[in-house]
Amino acid sequence: MNDFKGQTLSWQIVNGAIELALHRDPCNEIGSLTLDDLEEFKAALPGLGNEAHALIVHSTLKAGFSAGADLRELFQRGQEMEKGAALREVREFLERIHSVMNVLDAAPLTTIAAVHGVTFGGGFELALVCDIIIADRMARFCFPELRLGLIPGFGGIPRLKRDLGNAVVRDLLLTGRSFNVMKAQQIGLVSQIAAEGEALRVARATASQVGKFDRRTAAAAKEFVKPIPYEELKREIDIFCDLYSRPAVEEGLRKFVENEGVQPYLP
Amino acid sequence: MPTTDHTLDQILDLAAAHFKVPREKLSADDDFFKTLGIDSLQALDLLTRLEHHFRIDLPDYELQGVSDFRTLANRIQARL
Repeated sequence: MNDFKGQTLSWQIVNGAIELALHRDPCNEIGSLTLDDLEEFKAALPGLGNEAHALIVHSTLKAGFSAGADLRELFQRGQEMEKGAALREVREFLERIHSVMNVLDAAPLTTIAAVHGVTFGGGFELALVCDIIIADRMARFCFPELRLGLIPGFGGIPRLKRDLGNAVVRDLLLTGRSFNVMKAQQIGLVSQIAAEGEALRVARATASQVGKFDRRTAAAAKEFVKPIPYEELKREIDIFCDLYSRPAVEEGLRKFVENEGVQPYLP
Repeated sequence: MPTTDHTLDQILDLAAAHFKVPREKLSADDDFFKTLGIDSLQALDLLTRLEHHFRIDLPDYELQGVSDFRTLANRIQARL
């Protein structure tokens, strides 16, 4: 299926690159609907990969790449179900999203995240599975999970550790701070900075460049330099589920969801 | 190094231009959320623009409890 239009994302092949466009209002929050669509993509990827040399993941929404996990859905799940059942559902969700992320991480084609605006939490984690991150100058990155009494649960910590120095990882996780694209490039997270609104164009130019080289060689090089930390990823799910059960998390989620003020995304 | 008043002026100019609010309607002690009509995502957008403009790294937790331009200017001044 070379073209697909789902509720939360769409894809098509453009000039030899799969373009996966996220478009769930208001800011690509990743919940059940997005997971369903991502699993469609995961199933289609082997076939698409035969027709393309690169994958570009981007967002068509003005607000940004993705604000992360659908916290409203996560909170509702906790309210509507008995605690044990809610926890089992959370674990199942995480295992499913990890399965998608791991496939994207290991995909035998060059993957590029073209990000802009808010690239937080699960959205940041989606960008991290890609080989190259291209960000426009208004991109902003964050792992805000600590503010909710959680840790990143979509594979962010093992991938961040894989890509960055441990001191930087500690700073980001323990302060929960957001940071801009200049800092992101400085720490080695972002490969190229594009002008505002130009990340996709720059990503397409990069995809065109990688398309010049032998696919098998590129896939072999990628597999060699980009190990998937499977054991740590499983451990992350265990830690997340352990933390999720605590009252402090329910309270943190409630505060976010019920916030009628204008500041839910500020620390 | 610019004075805090100069920094404040630059913040007001940038905010007015970006959020298309008449410059004369902004003053130092205004609540910028209310005056600019913005939410937290737009506040992060403003923060990013200010970081680029002043060439600083300003962690967003520095904005905790900050809602007026004058205090924002003091936070930025401390990073110049």
